[in-house]
Amino acid sequence: MDPLRRSPSPCSPQASSPESPPCEMLGYVGIEAVLDQLKIKAMKMGFEFNIMVVGQSGLGKSTMVNTLFKSKMWKSTPPGLGGPTPQTLQLHSVTHVIEENGVKLKLTVTDTPGFGDQINNDKCLRPLDIEFLQRLCRTVNVVPVIARADSLTIEEREAFRRRIQHNLKTHSIEVYPQKCFDEDVNDRILNSRIRDRIPFAVVGADREHMVNGRCVLGRKTKWGIIEVENMAHCEFPLLRDLLIRSHLQDLKDITHNVHYENYRVIRLNQSHVLPRGPGWVNLAPAPPCQPSSPGLTKVCRWAQDNSDEDS
Amino acid sequence: MATNTAYMSSPVSDNEQKKKGNTRSLTMSGHVGFESLPDQLVNRSIQQGFCFNILCVGESGIGKSTLIDTLFNTNFEDHESSHFYPHVRLKAQTYDLQESDVRLKLTIVNTVGFGDQINKEESYQPIVDYIDAQFEAYLQEELKIQRSLFNYHDSRIHVCLYFISPTGHSLKTLDLLTMKSLDSKVNIIPVIAKADAISKTELQKFKIKLMSELVSNGVQIYQFPTDDETIAKINASMNGQLPFAVVGSMDEVKVGNKMVKARQYPWGVVQVENENHCDFVKLREMLICTNMEDLRDQTHTRHYELYRRCRLEEMGFADTGPESKPRSLQETYEAKRHEFYGERQRKEEEMKQVFVQRVKEKEAVLKEAERELQAKFEHLKRVHQEEKMKLEEKRRLLEEEIIAFSKKKATSEIYQNQPYAAPGGNPRRDKDRKKEPGYRFEFLCFDVRARAASGGQKDAEERVEHGRPL
Repeated sequence: MDPLRRSPSPCSPQASSPESPPCEMLGYVGIEAVLDQLKIKAMKMGFEFNIMVVGQSGLGKSTMVNTLFKSKMWKSTPPGLGGPTPQTLQLHSVTHVIEENGVKLKLTVTDTPGFGDQINNDKCLRPLDIEFLQRLCRTVNVVPVIARADSLTIEEREAFRRRIQHNLKTHSIEVYPQKCFDEDVNDRILNSRIRDRIPFAVVGADREHMVNGRCVLGRKTKWGIIEVENMAHCEFPLLRDLLIRSHLQDLKDITHNVHYENYRVIRLNQSHVLPRGPGWVNLAPAPPCQPSSPGLTKVCRWAQDNSDEDS
Repeated sequence: MATNTAYMSSPVSDNEQKKKGNTRSLTMSGHVGFESLPDQLVNRSIQQGFCFNILCVGESGIGKSTLIDTLFNTNFEDHESSHFYPHVRLKAQTYDLQESDVRLKLTIVNTVGFGDQINKEESYQPIVDYIDAQFEAYLQEELKIQRSLFNYHDSRIHVCLYFISPTGHSLKTLDLLTMKSLDSKVNIIPVIAKADAISKTELQKFKIKLMSELVSNGVQIYQFPTDDETIAKINASMNGQLPFAVVGSMDEVKVGNKMVKARQYPWGVVQVENENHCDFVKLREMLICTNMEDLRDQTHTRHYELYRRCRLEEMGFADTGPESKPRSLQETYEAKRHEFYGERQRKEEEMKQVFVQRVKEKEAVLKEAERELQAKFEHLKRVHQEEKMKLEEKRRLLEEEIIAFSKKKATSEIYQNQPYAAPGGNPRRDKDRKKEPGYRFEFLCFDVRARAASGGQKDAEERVEHGRPL
């Protein structure tokens, strides 16, 4: 799953001999204890995760975030009482530390009230959405989500999903998990399954109700209770598993190794400075026609050097 | 791995939470599932593989290669090194090891020829240079615009095993100097090599002596970390048993009904993995099983950071500007670039000036030459004119003489045709006669014609007196 698996390539001129012969160990040494050491270090340091939710207010973003992390990240505004949407886009962040079984997670959630984007029901992606997604996908991992899925029937949901997938494909918007980072066959299989279901149709709820003697999170409506964590009702578990249980580390890796590096390249080139070598000489300004963003294509090429075959 | 620390947050402690106003602790009402995060991290690390670099410093023949073989339970290299190298060299070898899921890229760096020379002054410098070179390579990669740190084969030395001779007395000067020069660049773990040469009581005293010498000389050796409670106790106790007295051997000897790694002597068998016999097991525990990750961490966050700071300051970067105000990297870059352009401009100007100056000088020289040439030409012309005039003059005179001569010749011819010319010397003719010295003609002549009328006798006498030229 890690897109940037290190290929054994000694880079420093003096260090190691070019070939590193595999050696057979005649007995147990204890190297695998390093994994425990890693775990101990990780537990001590804690983890960090930053998530941004984008969409029009009233779609249930806050509720969904609350549902994801099973806590009151912020107060979910009841629909209709949100007041006039602000004219300019404002970003509002809140940070919490949550702990589970000794694992500390510092979670930062950023909201974007006032954003005009909507992946709303019975519409396709509008040009604004397309443009926005295209730009965003090059800088950050994007997971599209169908909000308020409780007003769609299963067939409508599927049709809508297909339409959106088609839209995304036509405009070559690569959402997470990006195809170009698939490491090996297992990854590809796993991620293909996920990609098939994107965008997830979710319902958010932070109230508990009694269903069949069990206490579940759900939304109570006149015609029944929509259980959030029931796969038959909505795809919230898929989203939660993707974000938290299986791909969180991968999300962070891609952000750090790919998106940040891309940004860094652009930024350093803009400063017209190329640090080089021990003598460090300033060179002439870079040519003014830099691509606005190298995009995932550059990164794909990179990752493809490491992966076995083209997807 | 360096990338681990790069985006691992600082420890999320309670103090930190109190400081940040908007960071609150939340309790969750249900199971979310991020307790799998360490496992996700571990999975990723397994995929990436691990990298560990050990530097062995010690005299030839002290048992470095054997100990490494024993530590990793494999036969890396077979040949013994010679004792006759003129300089200390570092030889690095990389091996791929795998144990269950974990792939380890192990690099062993050996000092070849350490302590063999008669003059040991330059012994430790190659080691220091090597360590610095690895840091430098990493720094260069980090400073590149297009970099691939996750792909980078980290060659920085994570631990230095320093082998001390089992003399039982104290540290050698070479050891002290070497360790002192390395302690701020690498994690040093001193080990007493060939520990089966020392008895137990001597060993205790030796260890105490060594540690006190290290402390009194200010050598910072690696301390096993004691901040995490799961390993704090064991690490603390191990810290007290440094340096480890080790014995290395890959030969197997039958003891009891097992084959164990040991060294066989006539008086007994020294078992490598017997804790009563030597500290080998402790070393393996500490080095590999318990603290390998911490060694890598310390290398990156402490030693490398120190190197990096010094190096960047050398290059001219600083976090604070001239008025102690914090200055971003970009400002430094801009300032340097400005300075560089200014310098370049100045040099350009200078060169232009020099060039113009040279051109002027050359022009002047050429003009001077031209002038001289001109003067010479004039002079020659004048001389030539003078010569010409002189010659003209001479010719004129010559011509005059020729004319005069021809006249004279004509006259004398006429005279010759008239031998009885009128008397009376022509004074001019006398003059002429005098002028031509090489020629005299005397003429005696008697005029017997009847000159009775005139005083003929007188004439005749006159004529006798004067010769007459023709």
